[in-house]
Amino acid sequence: MHGFANPARFLRIAKWLTAPLLVSGLLLSFGAVAWGLTQVPPDRLMGDTVRILFVHVPAAWLGMGGWSAIAIASLMELVWRHPLAAIAARAAAVPGAAFTALCLITGSIWGRPTWGTWWVWDGRLTSMLVLLFLYFGYIALSSSLAREGQSSRIAAIFGLVGAINIPIINRSVVWWNSLHQPPSITMGESSIDPVFLWPLLIATLGFSLLFGGVVLTRMRAILADMQAEARLRRKALQAEDIVR
Amino acid sequence: MNAKTDRGLKPKHQRLVLVIVALVALVGAGLLAAYALRNQASYFYVPADIAASPPAPGQAIRLGGMVENGSITTAADGVTVEFVVQDGVARVPVTYAGIVPALFVEGSGVVAEGSMGADGTFVADNLLAKHDENYMPRELEGMSTAELREELQESVAGAGE
Repeated sequence: MHGFANPARFLRIAKWLTAPLLVSGLLLSFGAVAWGLTQVPPDRLMGDTVRILFVHVPAAWLGMGGWSAIAIASLMELVWRHPLAAIAARAAAVPGAAFTALCLITGSIWGRPTWGTWWVWDGRLTSMLVLLFLYFGYIALSSSLAREGQSSRIAAIFGLVGAINIPIINRSVVWWNSLHQPPSITMGESSIDPVFLWPLLIATLGFSLLFGGVVLTRMRAILADMQAEARLRRKALQAEDIVR
Repeated sequence: MNAKTDRGLKPKHQRLVLVIVALVALVGAGLLAAYALRNQASYFYVPADIAASPPAPGQAIRLGGMVENGSITTAADGVTVEFVVQDGVARVPVTYAGIVPALFVEGSGVVAEGSMGADGTFVADNLLAKHDENYMPRELEGMSTAELREELQESVAGAGE
């Protein structure tokens, strides 16, 4: 992993990877969602409402995946002091929060016709809402630390501590009685009919590629910001020298 | 010789050990909290819970389980439904007056909000349908496995054309 520690080398690879990730992610996401919206038959009980699945499930996966990425990057920052880890964690936070919000919104829209309510305080829904608030806290903390020019170590500790919520979200429907249904896909077995499963898997892949592309773009933007700031500071120092 | 490496762990490994110890403590605390919440964090009681420790009549609770097959009856007024919620262990009769959710059918999951009446009937003032983890298109319902396989092969072949 320390092969990428050199920002110049990382930037070269990231620049090359960003466009393919974004384009393939967009194509697969749009294709799979369009397939799910138009070509898939209605569910036996839910009818057309089942189509929200193709956005809701990938969004939930990336909401949780985003925080897992933050936690891994935080670990690498705290233990190995990897120079790009803090930037990667900051870059993953905003898209992670966006997907978590998308998951909550689509879930709510699905819940109204299916359950008969927009929202309930059961284990799954509550822990997912907690994840969204954790994202807000992380974004506020890490961006304020970066703005003040302080060490991002506190944000890394927050990222690691917050990761305890991820297994809780995952297990919430197993540990506690909840209105949300238990997992459909467990250990390679699926109780989702293949007609629904294939577009769902492709949409998940597409959303994930898109997520990767967005994270790389944001990392490049943050690095460019830092470079520009360093250059400005250097120029300011030089100007001071000339005045003297 | 290098004095630093001779005197025990490198800083990197110290940090690693520290983070692992902290994470173990954190996960332990989380698991203990989740275990302690086991009963409180459940969204509803199942009929077995009601049978084991009957709640006081009038106390607001949620009851969840499966709607027993053949148990739904509609009263003469057209809006009061009576049905039985069961979980394979115990059964609780429920009465509810109002519009039922679209997914409220016999043999599927339901969560009723309300309280136990004095006669042991659960009086619900709100019904939520609980969807299970199965997703299946309408045409495939009620088919045997062999028929399902045939149908799927046809649809796959049709998609390839």
